[in-house]
Amino acid sequence: MGVGIEVRDLNAWFGKAQILKEVNMTVGPNAVTAVIGPSGCGKSTYVRCLNRMHETNPDAKLTGSVKVGDKEIYESGIDAVDVRRKIGMVFQKPNPFPTMSIYDNVAAGLRLNGFNKRHELDAAVEGSLKMAALWDEVKDVLKKKSGASLSGGQQQRLCIARALAVQPELLLMDEPASALDPISTGKIEELIFQLKTQYTVVIVTHNMQQAARVADYTGFFLMGKLIEFDKTEKIFTTPSDKRTEDYITGRFG
Amino acid sequence: MPSLSKPLSPWRRITNVAFIGLSALASVLVLAPLVAIFGYLLYKGIGSINLAFLTKIPKPVGESGGGMANAIIGSVMILGLGSIFGVPLGIGAGIYLAEFGHGKLVTLVRFTADVLNGVPSIVVGIAAYTMVVLPQQHFSAFAGGVALGIMMVPTIARTTEEMLLMVPNTIREAALGLGIPQWRATLQVTLRTASKGVITGCMLAFARVAGETAPLLFTAFGNQFWNVNPNQPTAALPIQIFSYAISPFDEWHKQAWAGALILIVLIVAAVSAVRIVTSRGTMANNA
Repeated sequence: MGVGIEVRDLNAWFGKAQILKEVNMTVGPNAVTAVIGPSGCGKSTYVRCLNRMHETNPDAKLTGSVKVGDKEIYESGIDAVDVRRKIGMVFQKPNPFPTMSIYDNVAAGLRLNGFNKRHELDAAVEGSLKMAALWDEVKDVLKKKSGASLSGGQQQRLCIARALAVQPELLLMDEPASALDPISTGKIEELIFQLKTQYTVVIVTHNMQQAARVADYTGFFLMGKLIEFDKTEKIFTTPSDKRTEDYITGRFG
Repeated sequence: MPSLSKPLSPWRRITNVAFIGLSALASVLVLAPLVAIFGYLLYKGIGSINLAFLTKIPKPVGESGGGMANAIIGSVMILGLGSIFGVPLGIGAGIYLAEFGHGKLVTLVRFTADVLNGVPSIVVGIAAYTMVVLPQQHFSAFAGGVALGIMMVPTIARTTEEMLLMVPNTIREAALGLGIPQWRATLQVTLRTASKGVITGCMLAFARVAGETAPLLFTAFGNQFWNVNPNQPTAALPIQIFSYAISPFDEWHKQAWAGALILIVLIVAAVSAVRIVTSRGTMANNA
């Protein structure tokens, strides 16, 4: 079941450059939220703050609060590794583990967290691949082919399956379709539509049509600030901020 | 504007052919000494290899026959010990350099590794002599293993570092994003992705020290008799080859050739075995 997210006064830096400024956002459970904005506006940094990936960069700094479900993920004593285990992430470029088979890729999150029961692993792999709409294409070569041997679109669905296999409460997607052709993009979007029945999804996208197609809520970022956050319909029809309107009508960015 | 539809000028054709010819010639020149050495070893050594050579220990001066069985076992033992010391240490240092190191310490470790790589092997032998043989008051295969292990570390550490740095950062992020603890992500994802190159580095280091004689003179020392106790002076093929080759006896010269052939065969066998075993269970990158 998906959980809600509550972000309060989030500021993030790389070295001295402030990337995010006073971001506040509340997202309900089982909704798809799109994060849009021009390049360099802090979209990717924002989603990376939601699962504590931001801090894997040695220069990174952060203040503020992020609640996922009823847990404050930046509370002292909370381990970043535990946080990431419950929050799945799909990256811009498909990044399957190249030396692992398709099966091992999907099972990696469970196995490397010390989970080793054969039957349950099999079931988790099959379930995740089915949910990622990849099962039919790979079921005969699960252990024979490497994750890197698939096409770009298949690789990205493999990465989604890998993220789903650990049963996250929240799924973050950082421009998951930007490296894919329109057909693969369509498949990923369809998938996001189905995922929201079980997960809360936050998706970063450059593509405004994509945001309009898949998201229930949309947030518009500019220069590190969340300019406007509302129902997708409202953002794309009657935005309340002039800058949002300029961006979605293509007047800049 | 030069037109692309025109045929290439004769001059460009000639440079093209000349360049391909030169690179072919270069590879032949590189391979020729290798083939020549191996061929000459076969020619000189194969005649002296028989069951006795592989199963008997050396006969006293003046008696004919005998073999190098003790030196073969000794070499296997010393190289095994060397790998046990050198491989984990080298890989560990390489992981530190590539994944966790920041700032001055890394520069220091890298510089030290490069210097150690250039230290003459006899100096490494003296170091092992001072560290192991002197305190123990006797020569041993163990001391020989320490000397060879020290020599393996810099090569393995630097290749491991280079290979890990070639793993794209997106792979590390994928692992961390799954909630895999850092140490496991490094060992089971990053290192695994780089494993082919890392193994090549280990094999290079292994092959390089397998023929070392100088560091073994003060450490393993050599032994004319059977010994499988790693805590005792132990025979090794390079030492045996050396002392037989400079001897005045014709039969010993022949045995030295045979010993050299066996040494090369052992190295090739070990490298191939490791390749076969480690290629199982890991997918080729583009399979």
